[in-house]
Amino acid sequence: MQWETVIGLEIHAQLATQSKIFSGSATTFGAEPNTQASLIDLAMPGTLPVLNAEAVRMACQFGLAINAEIAERNVFARKNYFYPDLPKGYQTSQMDHPIVGKGFLDITLEDGTVKRVGITRAHLEEDAGKSLHEDFHGMSGIDLNRAGTPLLEIVSEPDIRSAKEAVAYVKAIHALVRYLGICDGNMAEGSLRCDCNVSVRPKGQAEFGTRAEIKNVNSFRFIEKAINHEVQRQIELIEDGGKVVQETRLYDPNKDETRSMRSKEEANDYRYFPCPDLLPVVIERSFLEELRAGLPELPDQKRERFESQYGLSAYDASVLSASREMADYFEQVQGICADAKLAANWVMGELSSLLNKDGLEIEQSPVSAEQLGGMILRIKDNTISGKIAKMVFEAMAAGEGSADEIIEKKGLKQVTDTGAIDKMLDEVLAANAEQVEQYRASDEAKRGKMFGFFVGQAMKASKGKANPGQVNELLKKKLEG
Amino acid sequence: MLHQLTLAEVARGLADKQFSAEELTRALLSRIEQLDPQLNSFISVTADQAIAQAKAADQRRANGEAGALLGAPIAHKDLFCTKGVRTSCGSKILDNFVSPYDATVVERLAAAGAVSLGKLNMDEFAMGSANESSHYGAVKNPWDTSRVPGGSSGGSAAAVAARLIPAATGTDTGGSIRQPAALTNLTGIKPTYGRVSRWGMIAYASSLDQAGPLARTAEDCALMLGAMAGFDPKDSTCVDQPLDDYLAALGKPLAGLRIGLPKEYFGAGLDSRIADAVLAVVEQLKQLGAQVKDISLPNMQHAIPAYYVIAPAEASSNLSRFDGVRYGYRCENPRDLQDLYKRSRAEGFGAEVKRRIMVGTYALSAGYYDAYYLKAQKIRRLIKNDFVSAFADIDVILGPTTPNPAWKLGTKNDDPVAQYLEDIYTITANLAGIPGLSMPAGFVDGLPVGVQLLAPYFQEGRLLNVAHQYQQVTDWHKQAPAGF
Repeated sequence: MQWETVIGLEIHAQLATQSKIFSGSATTFGAEPNTQASLIDLAMPGTLPVLNAEAVRMACQFGLAINAEIAERNVFARKNYFYPDLPKGYQTSQMDHPIVGKGFLDITLEDGTVKRVGITRAHLEEDAGKSLHEDFHGMSGIDLNRAGTPLLEIVSEPDIRSAKEAVAYVKAIHALVRYLGICDGNMAEGSLRCDCNVSVRPKGQAEFGTRAEIKNVNSFRFIEKAINHEVQRQIELIEDGGKVVQETRLYDPNKDETRSMRSKEEANDYRYFPCPDLLPVVIERSFLEELRAGLPELPDQKRERFESQYGLSAYDASVLSASREMADYFEQVQGICADAKLAANWVMGELSSLLNKDGLEIEQSPVSAEQLGGMILRIKDNTISGKIAKMVFEAMAAGEGSADEIIEKKGLKQVTDTGAIDKMLDEVLAANAEQVEQYRASDEAKRGKMFGFFVGQAMKASKGKANPGQVNELLKKKLEG
Repeated sequence: MLHQLTLAEVARGLADKQFSAEELTRALLSRIEQLDPQLNSFISVTADQAIAQAKAADQRRANGEAGALLGAPIAHKDLFCTKGVRTSCGSKILDNFVSPYDATVVERLAAAGAVSLGKLNMDEFAMGSANESSHYGAVKNPWDTSRVPGGSSGGSAAAVAARLIPAATGTDTGGSIRQPAALTNLTGIKPTYGRVSRWGMIAYASSLDQAGPLARTAEDCALMLGAMAGFDPKDSTCVDQPLDDYLAALGKPLAGLRIGLPKEYFGAGLDSRIADAVLAVVEQLKQLGAQVKDISLPNMQHAIPAYYVIAPAEASSNLSRFDGVRYGYRCENPRDLQDLYKRSRAEGFGAEVKRRIMVGTYALSAGYYDAYYLKAQKIRRLIKNDFVSAFADIDVILGPTTPNPAWKLGTKNDDPVAQYLEDIYTITANLAGIPGLSMPAGFVDGLPVGVQLLAPYFQEGRLLNVAHQYQQVTDWHKQAPAGF
């Protein structure tokens, strides 16, 4: 049987506010345990929440960026359950009246097609603290530094049909929140976390299958692996005559498997009700218009502009606009060398592999945009060939200075003096007299193949510095002559 | 005798240097030591701190500072957080809790120079109408120590009625200031919801809770409320609206005042002798120039069921933080997390608190939410609308504060619903959020009777004005219980 996968994602993005959503405590990651927990975060008796206006602003920016409905009123609700790292015994969240309503996001798949993924809603809520189970001799430690950090929970429609689409969607959300500057997107530190709702159904069937929710999958790679594994598990289960049960599962990256955490029957009844300590939040139209006017260029808009303004392919444009830093770097290089195609090739080629090799982000690149742009200028004015440029690039990466300095110091300047090239070619041909004889005796097809040999010898003799165009031209004349 | 002075008289005495704040404080502390064992109105007496505060107030006055509350002795209901002092909320679960901070109300009264003598007994988590649910034992009514003082601010009421302090703070979620004021011959006001900051007030039902004073006269309430009320950015439900000058409002003549008498307040269940006392008040106010009109508040019959869904629902969530993890009572040797939660809460909370947590949890449960919580909220809106339309052509509503005078200790504990019904006249003001005041209106068999006045939003000044004018021509409020 042919199966179809149906996926919906819930992404929790920590908002990059200075202070917590309902208290004045700082939100910096990695501080000493409980040093960023105020009376409110500790849920001291008698304390009350006051909403952080910055969190509201950020959520609205997100809503505008996904073309969502933003209602005039949104309401905080309490989600009641007991857990030691949830100090109040309830999480202040939103239920019936979220701040961001229906919207959508267009994602570009690997084959270049664009797919629209519906976003059901996005709501504000507070993060919980952390329970630490090691080093406490049979007890647990509670760190409330994270308690009260603002989260935006972004819930997608079940529009996603494969693990690869899921990853593309999460990457698009990741790029979007970073473009907006509302989340640092650091998945390793938990700034962006993902729950995946996965089900399968026979192809052509209209109803959804029973879904399982995989909690807290925290890297792009694990999202893909966890979903693929879960899809396989469900298909095998059904084909063996079993039934998928609605449950929450946990992905174990070490074993590459998901396992059951709790079933629907064990699920909490959260007893949501409107939080009486907070007033409904009123969003003025004028506030939204102001925000809209101040939105930065978003990934989609940038991708389209890269295509039209620079003539880049859809794929190149989407890779280069995937992050704001990457796009800025590219545009800086382009601005210096005025050659978008060369700039794109170098950023996506040599630079990206260098960064990947060392696990660096583009803002940590050892080669600055000025350096790369300067080097491309030297390719364009024939000071160096593409081949020499790779050597120059490596030297720049090793911190040896600008392209001009390296070319100068290492004597890599391309030889364009026709007389010198002419002389050098004569020497090469003399040293390979036998091959010259053969060449001249051969037909057109064979000559084509042999020509490369002479070019190679000539470049070798010049240590790569001879201008390849001139070498080609002169060599042809001499051999034909 | 210093203890017989009202707050206003204390203010004049201190201003005229007839006595110092320290002398007054010492006199009242020894009176508390001597008499409170009969009443059990204090949970904690903070004598050393009180004397230090009194000395500081005397110093401030010597430095030229003035102010009606500078050096005035008061005490706080034990649900206001007081820095460095146990704040128990009448519960075993907070018996060991020393607050690390002051409630806004506490901070404001301290800034005005008031001297706090201690923390007052109350029903556990403010749940009760008799002050019998306290972990620290029942409070007795000074008018008859075999009777209840009302609740939940029963300690506040008993201490002020017995002249242990001239005024106290209280809180009112369904009548917890007005009902004990009525049963102990005091004046007490529950302000408009949002008028006084709830920061540092341990929550029972957040959408209904409001702090206010209990004192012997309307003038004293005006003094206290003026210091307690006002905008506080730490409470999102606190309203940023200018504060009226309550003292200035007291003197306004009542000529032309339009009083509404709701027929629902005089129906079955009301002790006819209380009805007579209330109608006598009406006659008195007519003589002062008021006009009287019969009105109807048709949805009042639904108030108690609605309240006993909304208040427990909010309480079930508000009280979740008392889990034995960070502060408060923790059971001995918990086996695991579930055991820690279950036993800490089972051993830490009393019966009435558990009953309301259970009711509230049920009302919010999946499948019941619409039938209970949502329906109760709809009733709440209807009750609010009743008041809004009634106030279209009247200025205040008048009726009894309670259907009965103080009852014997221990007689209504087995029947929670009977006790809930004692709040029938007070609960609507909390549901609607309007201000309400209770003032002395006479006696039945030697037990005090209270009359309740209700006004539109933020018209606390009008309530205090009516009560003050009434108290200028009557002396019910001057009667003291025998032996105190």
